[in-house]
Amino acid sequence: MDGVVQLQKQLVDYIASLFHEGFLDEQFNQLQQLQDESNPDFVVEVVSLFFEDSERLLNELAKALEQKTIDFRKVDAHVHQFKGSSSSIGAHRVQKVCIAFRNYCEEQNVEGCLKCLQQVKHEYSLVRNKLETLFQLEKQIIAAGGSLPAT
Amino acid sequence: MAFTMESCNCIDPQWPADELLMKYQYISDFFIALAYFSIPLELIYFVKKSAVFPYRWVLVQFGAFIVLCGATHLINLWTFTTHSKTVAIVMTTAKVLTAAVSCATALMLVHIIPDLLSVKTREMFLKNKAAELDREMGLILTQEETGRHVRMLTHEIRSTLDRHTILKTTLVELGRTLALEECALWMPTRTGLELQLSYTLRQQNPVGYTVPIHLPVINQVFSSNHAVKISPNSPVARLRPLPGKYMPGEVVAVRVPLLHLSNFQIDDWPELSTKRYALMILMLPSDSARQWHDHELDLVEVVADQVAVALSHAAILEESMRARDLLMEQNVALDLARREAETAVRARNDFLAVMNHEMRTPMHAIIALSSLLQETELTPEQRLMVETILKSSYLLDTLINDVLDLSKLEDGSLQLDIGTFNLHSIFKEVLNLIKPVASVKKLSVTLNLVQDLPVYAVGDEKRLMQTVLNVVGNAVKFSKEGSISITAFVAKPDCLRDSRAPDFFPVPSDDHFYLRVQVKDSGSGISPQDIPKLFTKFSQTQSLATRNSGGSGLGLAICKRFVNLMEGHIWLDSEGPGKGCTAIFIVKLGIRRLSNESKFPFAPKVSANHGLTNFPGLKVLLMDNNGVSRTVTRGLLVHLGCEVTTVGLSEECLRVVSHEHQVVFLDVCAPGVDGYELAVAIHEKFTVRHEKPLIVALTGDTDEVTKENCARVGINGVIMKPVSVDKMRSILAELLEHRVLY
Repeated sequence: MDGVVQLQKQLVDYIASLFHEGFLDEQFNQLQQLQDESNPDFVVEVVSLFFEDSERLLNELAKALEQKTIDFRKVDAHVHQFKGSSSSIGAHRVQKVCIAFRNYCEEQNVEGCLKCLQQVKHEYSLVRNKLETLFQLEKQIIAAGGSLPAT
Repeated sequence: MAFTMESCNCIDPQWPADELLMKYQYISDFFIALAYFSIPLELIYFVKKSAVFPYRWVLVQFGAFIVLCGATHLINLWTFTTHSKTVAIVMTTAKVLTAAVSCATALMLVHIIPDLLSVKTREMFLKNKAAELDREMGLILTQEETGRHVRMLTHEIRSTLDRHTILKTTLVELGRTLALEECALWMPTRTGLELQLSYTLRQQNPVGYTVPIHLPVINQVFSSNHAVKISPNSPVARLRPLPGKYMPGEVVAVRVPLLHLSNFQIDDWPELSTKRYALMILMLPSDSARQWHDHELDLVEVVADQVAVALSHAAILEESMRARDLLMEQNVALDLARREAETAVRARNDFLAVMNHEMRTPMHAIIALSSLLQETELTPEQRLMVETILKSSYLLDTLINDVLDLSKLEDGSLQLDIGTFNLHSIFKEVLNLIKPVASVKKLSVTLNLVQDLPVYAVGDEKRLMQTVLNVVGNAVKFSKEGSISITAFVAKPDCLRDSRAPDFFPVPSDDHFYLRVQVKDSGSGISPQDIPKLFTKFSQTQSLATRNSGGSGLGLAICKRFVNLMEGHIWLDSEGPGKGCTAIFIVKLGIRRLSNESKFPFAPKVSANHGLTNFPGLKVLLMDNNGVSRTVTRGLLVHLGCEVTTVGLSEECLRVVSHEHQVVFLDVCAPGVDGYELAVAIHEKFTVRHEKPLIVALTGDTDEVTKENCARVGINGVIMKPVSVDKMRSILAELLEHRVLY
């Protein structure tokens, strides 16, 4: 029992830190709220979907920006998508980079775009790690017989 | 001396004038003169008195003659003694005048005396005439009296409507009026071949003499409508034994038409040979010299006619009295029958009420205790069991109500409780209820709710559930093995008409749809001729397999009545025993109108977390080409209880959107997707106003331009992504209430 309580406390702290550092925002809370008995794995599902989508988008972006003549509209479309999905799960820092990325696309600034691409990759991997750690913690708690703290 | 003696030519008296004789002469002359003078006076006096005397001239003459004669005799008085010459002259003059007048008078009298004589003749004549008129007057008076008698007689006859009285009165009055010795009436017998003596005046009880109807004398009387004199010796006139020799009085016979009701006409006696007549015989007193006079015969004829009329009236009255009595009897009988029926109905209702009460008491115990049990700590399996018990008890309670309702159904006083309910959940509940029983019998039950079946409907939820349960229950009851399949779909107009229901004309409309439910089982089946009997109360097909199944037999009868109340039709199809059976029913349900529902009174399984409003069963379509945000939004809507369909592309969106989607969420900001065009296309797809879904745009930026653009294409609301649960909830609530959100 002690272990469970400790784990739970750890989880709560961890989530708080993520919010504090700006990795996640209010939207993530909303996702957590949508999780109930009829939908117990909602958050995990959505986040997994986000990961898949993001991988794909990042690949597309990399490909698009490697072209001789860059199709900025296409790039913009991808970035828009990425912005949408990241805002949907509350990946705040990723979303911010996407906004900047779109501006550069409008300006058709190749340098800027490439820089942003790097940035967005970085931010994405960061938030991904964080979320994976989070899910690990949750699994441990459940395995230990505890229940996830209500949000 | 010579002057007197010579001038008067008198006889020379031989003897000396006797003084006595002279005296006598003198006196007589005096009296004669007096008389002669007084006669005219008298005449004048009396003639003056009498007004009428045509011969005045004669009178004058006669008066003059008398007067002059008187004068002569008077003057004679002076001639007895010596008299002077003057006297002689006067005397002579008087005599001459007298002579003249007398002659004239004599001549005149020749004319006058015949006249006077003829006056006498005329007087005689007038006297005779007066005597004759007196006689005739007497006659007329008699006739008038007779006429009065007739009127009085008629009045008497017609004043009564009783047959016997009429006839008796007739005879009595006739006898009195005409001073008859005997008066009799012969009526035709029922066979029509004989006349029977029915009424007589003098005899108290006429013994039933009969005479055959075809006697010549009778034919003679019947063939004319006048009174006919007949011989007193004819059989009809011989009414009493003749005591010794006496002269029987004259006899008259007259026919009396007996009219049938159908040919009764007041002024026109139809001359039919098949007419029936009665015969009236009238006998004058014997040994009297009386004869039948014409006026008496007329009287008799008139009376005979009146009697005929009076008899007809009496017959009509009798008929109507008889009819009235019959009607009264029938009325009494009907009244009695009605009261008996009412008593029976009341007795039945009392019985039902008592039974009802007796059945309800244990029911309440079950329901109450099950509810209490539900409140306690139970494992999920136990909870499920208790819920099933409760549901079944409620259904049983409803059934008990319906046993009482059945009588109301038959009176036609049952009314449906109309409300909005979840159609799909009815079938699911029936399935849950039936599954235990079915699994015990190792029957598989499948439920197929077709795609376009509305989730919500307007109708009587309780009774529809009962009907479905009954039908499905029968399917389970009568199947020993195999499978049961339940299909529910919206019936299309062309397949609504069924040859088995020729008088069922469903009329689809905008507000209603027809739900068609088919329950097919592979059980024992029914032979086609038994099918109609199934829907009658308390009947059961007597086959071995079903004998043990129990049940009151009310089920299908009640179902049929419910289905009829819902303006539908129910029937069974079976190919025969052992070949299974399909029960089909169609009912009319209302389509739920969203604009009527600002609040949703139903909230199945509301978790403690959630706030006031949820949107159970709200069908929405979500179009978002970003997978992640699509998933998130979907989760959000599902969390609020909506039924979400998701599409990623606009073409797919157009294809999938249907009139059942009440809200469509469109992502309008994704590049490459023209959300506005899509909104327009959606609007065009649904021409009927209430089928158009509400369109909400999801976008990353909500500035005025976007809002204007959205409003232009008919988008009902704009939401900025990402949206929170609360926000979505309030948005949906406001949207559904006001149909617009800006």
